[in-house]
Amino acid sequence: MTKTSILTRQKIRTAWIFLTPMIAVLLFTAAWPLLRTIYFSFTDIAEFGQGSYEFIWFKNYLFYQDGEWRGLLATENWWRSVYNTLFFTVISVSLETILGVLIALALNLEFRGRGILRAAILIPWAIPTIVSAKMWAWMLNDQFGILNDILIKIGVLAEPIAWTASPDTAMAAIIIADVWKTTPFMTLLALAALQLLPGEVYEAARVDGIGPIKRFFSITLPLIKQPLMVAVIFRALDSLRIFDLIYVLTPNNEATMSMSVYSKLEMFDFSKFAYGASASTSLFLIITILTILYIRIGRVKLGQ
Amino acid sequence: MQLALTKELRPPRSYLWQLGLQILIMWLVVRTFARGYGLDINLSMDLAFFIASVFINYACYLFGQTQRLWIIWMVLFIAVFSVFPFYYSVLTSLETGTAIFEVNYVPTSFSIGNYVSVFRNNYFGLNLINSIIVAFVVVCLSLLLAVTASFSLSRIRFRGRGLLLLTILSVSMFPQVSVLSGLFELISIFGLFNHLGSLIFSYMIFTLPFTVWVLTAFMRELPLELEEAAIMDGAGPWRIIFKVFMPLLWPSLVTTGLLAFIAAWNEFLFALTFILRNTQRTVPVAIALLTGASEREIPWGNIMAASVIVTVPLVILVLIFQKRIISGLTAGAVKG
Repeated sequence: MTKTSILTRQKIRTAWIFLTPMIAVLLFTAAWPLLRTIYFSFTDIAEFGQGSYEFIWFKNYLFYQDGEWRGLLATENWWRSVYNTLFFTVISVSLETILGVLIALALNLEFRGRGILRAAILIPWAIPTIVSAKMWAWMLNDQFGILNDILIKIGVLAEPIAWTASPDTAMAAIIIADVWKTTPFMTLLALAALQLLPGEVYEAARVDGIGPIKRFFSITLPLIKQPLMVAVIFRALDSLRIFDLIYVLTPNNEATMSMSVYSKLEMFDFSKFAYGASASTSLFLIITILTILYIRIGRVKLGQ
Repeated sequence: MQLALTKELRPPRSYLWQLGLQILIMWLVVRTFARGYGLDINLSMDLAFFIASVFINYACYLFGQTQRLWIIWMVLFIAVFSVFPFYYSVLTSLETGTAIFEVNYVPTSFSIGNYVSVFRNNYFGLNLINSIIVAFVVVCLSLLLAVTASFSLSRIRFRGRGLLLLTILSVSMFPQVSVLSGLFELISIFGLFNHLGSLIFSYMIFTLPFTVWVLTAFMRELPLELEEAAIMDGAGPWRIIFKVFMPLLWPSLVTTGLLAFIAAWNEFLFALTFILRNTQRTVPVAIALLTGASEREIPWGNIMAASVIVTVPLVILVLIFQKRIISGLTAGAVKG
């Protein structure tokens, strides 16, 4: 008994020795910078490294002066970017999930050329986000874009739309580009879940004469729900921090500005370093709260 | 394939909606294409298309080919959906002059002028090398640190393991903007601003947790007997990792490394913030900053050529390692 416990203790010590370098790197690259960001958000730094600064507590967030509320939480553009981010996340993750599951159902059937199609679906996933942003910027171009050309030819549009510039369609453009790029991820995860399903269930359903749609909703969907919920949270967390697609596809457009874009611009482009830090701290809090809520409400099991 | 009348002439009621939907889809697709080719569609043509569609779909039903028809539609949709945008940017990258500003669906001209000028007019060659260096170093460092960490997380039971795994997962899903100013300070202190080292350092925040998470999932699947036999032979943890596990693990290392490579290759926010010198930039930022003086002067041909250059290696890698990548992605998510 004592011998095994010595062995176990040795093993545990080895485990921690092996983990130390990784933990050290993560403390350095994640934990410390996060704490510093929160610290900066309580100061009045305008540009990093220029002169001294003071500690102003919550003045970046909210304060009362001359009869009106000021600070991040009283700024309309910040709340607009919060709304944009949430709107974008809900719409595009829903579309990706529906489309991804549909494509996965199709790819789960037996037919010739299935292997090639499964490889083809990976192409959008492999393309760098910036490249896909530029590709869509080109295809959605108001004068020379192919999408306007197609829509005019088939008679949906009477005249070309400035997809990325006009505030009404900019969000649609972002959602189109994002759904295109990230649906493959959903498809892969849904397909992996589908392939784990036992065949007997379907045999029984066939014998009972249940139609394909009912079969999906009463058999397939409940069985793939757990892995799908995990895939949705991965995608949602990715969407909530979206930066590159919006920054490149619709620059300087308030209609699509996300929380990340807002924070980055305030911090490094508008000389309001500390104020931007308060925005990114708020973003962090919002995402953390949403994640905890989702995991609690959806009873998602992450980790072992 | 055998063709024989397999059905009743009159479709069962439960089947009618499906037949109707198919007729409608085929009719819409045909008339869309006809319009796309510049045909002016009048009522009688529409009627003709519709009758043809009814006829074809009913025939498919009679010969029991309905499922095949659905599959053809799905295959067409998936293929166009996933390949067309990339195809179109390749097409644009091969056009120069005024040809760029016409909408062409098939290649009309062939010129590599854009590919030559994107290298000549910018620092694109340097940017490519920078991207390769950063991604390569980041992947090697992450794998090195991740192998031992994943060994502990997957093979040894200790208190706090679940919590540690959850922390690692949450770091990999971290909003990167929230560490941006803190990282900026660290990078200034280290004197890494405008230096590739800043990217190698900061990219560890997402590649390391990711590689640890995926490798842990892979290592958990290795048989326990192997480890026990090695312990019986008196092998310590180092020997177990590098002599016993490594030969079995290297396909997983390749997969994980490839996924981390793609993530580092595509990163934009840190590369945009920590490097302001053109010669030190990585390709995503370089492509984003390829702009002209005005809307009219945006060098679309060059942008598309650069895009194709950075994408083609990834697409080839992904197609070669297709099965491994799928197993890596699902190991990271579904089993997690």
